[in-house]
Amino acid sequence: MTGSTASGTMPSGRLRLRLEARDQPGLLTHVAVSLLLLVAALLLAGVVMMVAGGNPLDVYRSMFGAGFGSKWGLNDTLVKMVPLTLASLGVALAFRMKMWNIGAEGQLLMGALAASGIALFAVPPDMPQWLALGLMAAAGAAGGAVWGIVPGWLRAQFGVNEIISTLMLNYVALSIVQFFVYGPWGERGFGLTPMFERNTWLPRLTEFADQWSALRGLTLHLGILAVPVAIVLLTILLNRTKFGFEIAMVGDNPDAARYAGVRLRRTMIIVMALSGALAGMAGMNEVSGVVHRLLEHISPGYGYTAIIVAWLGRFNPLAVAVVAFLFGGLIVGADEIQSAGISSLLQGVILFVMVSGNLLIRYRIRLRAPEMLE
Amino acid sequence: MLRRLAVLASILLLAALLAGCVLPEPSTYPEEMPTEVEEQPTLTTPDIVEGMFNVAFVYVGPIGDGGWTYAHNDGRLYLEENLDNVNTAYLESVPEGADAERVIRSLARKGFDLIYTTSFGYMDPTAIVAEEFPDQAFVHVSGLKKNDHNFANLFGSMESAKYLAGMVAGARAAEDGSNRVGYVAPFPIPEIVRLGNAMTMGMRRTCPECVMDVRWIFSWFDPEGEREAAVSMIDAGATVIITGADTAIPVQVAGEMGFTGVPGNSANACDAAPEACLGVPYWNWGPAYVEIAQAVMDGTFEPDDFYLGAPDNIVGFAGFMEGEVPQPAVPDWVIPEVDDVLQQMRNGEFTRFDMFTGPIHDNAGNLVVPEGESLTQSDLEGIDDELGALLGRPGCTYCMGWLAEGFVADAQVPQ
Repeated sequence: MTGSTASGTMPSGRLRLRLEARDQPGLLTHVAVSLLLLVAALLLAGVVMMVAGGNPLDVYRSMFGAGFGSKWGLNDTLVKMVPLTLASLGVALAFRMKMWNIGAEGQLLMGALAASGIALFAVPPDMPQWLALGLMAAAGAAGGAVWGIVPGWLRAQFGVNEIISTLMLNYVALSIVQFFVYGPWGERGFGLTPMFERNTWLPRLTEFADQWSALRGLTLHLGILAVPVAIVLLTILLNRTKFGFEIAMVGDNPDAARYAGVRLRRTMIIVMALSGALAGMAGMNEVSGVVHRLLEHISPGYGYTAIIVAWLGRFNPLAVAVVAFLFGGLIVGADEIQSAGISSLLQGVILFVMVSGNLLIRYRIRLRAPEMLE
Repeated sequence: MLRRLAVLASILLLAALLAGCVLPEPSTYPEEMPTEVEEQPTLTTPDIVEGMFNVAFVYVGPIGDGGWTYAHNDGRLYLEENLDNVNTAYLESVPEGADAERVIRSLARKGFDLIYTTSFGYMDPTAIVAEEFPDQAFVHVSGLKKNDHNFANLFGSMESAKYLAGMVAGARAAEDGSNRVGYVAPFPIPEIVRLGNAMTMGMRRTCPECVMDVRWIFSWFDPEGEREAAVSMIDAGATVIITGADTAIPVQVAGEMGFTGVPGNSANACDAAPEACLGVPYWNWGPAYVEIAQAVMDGTFEPDDFYLGAPDNIVGFAGFMEGEVPQPAVPDWVIPEVDDVLQQMRNGEFTRFDMFTGPIHDNAGNLVVPEGESLTQSDLEGIDDELGALLGRPGCTYCMGWLAEGFVADAQVPQ
């Protein structure tokens, strides 16, 4: 590891900047560096806002208020967190094995499509809600899994680069969704299906307002329970099972893993299936818990944001969920800021600083006096 | 190690780019459009002002689109100028998907007295939120739904303005000797079919030999798709392009190739290509916004399907309104007739129902509407029996699924 230090060498005779690998970046380093980066990002974005003629403090105050400052804001942030967490966990699982699955967006769409198909055509209005939701969840997971298995199998069987195949399949999935919502499942040519029957909706808190009046108006839906369940299951899978150990081993050194008896192809395909299934569940949650119909723009790019969330969460399920929560708040808060261009700029700056600065977790910067020989 | 890091870095960069791609479009399109947006604080969050009447607007595009959203924002400014004690706020580029309901609900929670949502895809989200906030008023533009206490829909007779556009386009095509006009059509929905039929009937009025070509682009806002559609119809012989999509690009393209066109939606759309532009059928939302806001303030608001006509001044045809001069590319001989028809429309002598009165044939030669019959509002909006039952409105007889005589013979409404 130490042999691979990248050095930003300055002309001789001056101080030199060097990057040195940290031995074992601990939890504290992670948290400290991440917080530092967040502050740096907010400062940088603040400068941009000041140039644009705004007051960054006001903007941040209202963003924070909108995302976390009230029960309404928290509600909206948690609703956003559900698809983000599920898709990010899927991405994190694949990344653990160094399977660069950037197809969460497509897997999410296929999950949404499959769940919608069940809701529209396989659920009679008198079917018990638990059964309808169970069928939709299974279909969502299956839809996403299929969209993960295809590039997984191509990689395992033919060595097809999964970065390219998963990315391309995102566009294929979007086209398929467009075909259905404008075509056979569409309503009046507007790119959306009819609204689903009530028994296919994930129950929302507001539906229990008769018993607890404080819940009135809260749109948080039952899908939020999938978040802790997925975290626990994934943590157990990764840390407590043989399969989890194999995933880590393949990620570290595929050759060694093969010598140790890991069936590489099988592992790749299963991991991609699970990864896709998680994203597919995210899609099911959106159609069943939030929109109650399928439409072309069912995902505002959750699958792509998930890659960044997974990375910032260091592929650790719990950390990924925490990052997803913060990102949910960031998106909800930034949506409040006008003009719309500014809000995407803000998100962009924060992403950029966090991602590029992440280097600092693995490396530390050393200032060095010029060496004598030079 | 370094190689792995490089792979990771490139993936993350790609992800950041893709995430950037799906974020709302920044409001910079089209570049040529002079932006006369009023002095606004650059960074704002929509909020109410205590003691004032608070109105919020939800826009689907950026204000700088020079089209649909620009026109709604003009209406908002008109509302602020023409009613006392009104505070307005807006959110632009709100996607129609899962976020729309959340954004509308968030505005309602803040306590806005009246919320206008200005895209078809906001219909159900608005309906849902309206039920949750019975003491606030909601008006959805371009939709079909309403309730009996606080939720109305609003639209207007754009077909009147498109008819005038067709008259001018037909005259221009006759002058060019091409006898061929092209229509960049966003979606195969009743509204777009109705507008296409209106412009085709207008075209036939001034140029009986002219035909109307059409390209369906399945998008409201797709600069590249709009460009391709225009080029393809020009290649097929059209010399005038009328666009129903959001940008003025088809008109710019026509101009670059030495031809002319008609953009839409916002009164200043000709500025994008003044030489090539024949006029603009545009929306004038201000008066309707004022009237509804006044009713809500007075407590007299009664939700309805507000479908306003040319006499209500909800649409106009830029270049032919009071004090305006027609664009240079408009043939002189057609100007008096257009002025005359516009006057009849404003006086209520030539309504959308008069326009759609039989005999009307389709482009395959079949008689669609017999002599003496007029289309009903349900016919115009293509509300079939099933939907009509849902909305509590009569179903249509001559539903808006046909292309009028004058469209090229092989043109169709996709399924």
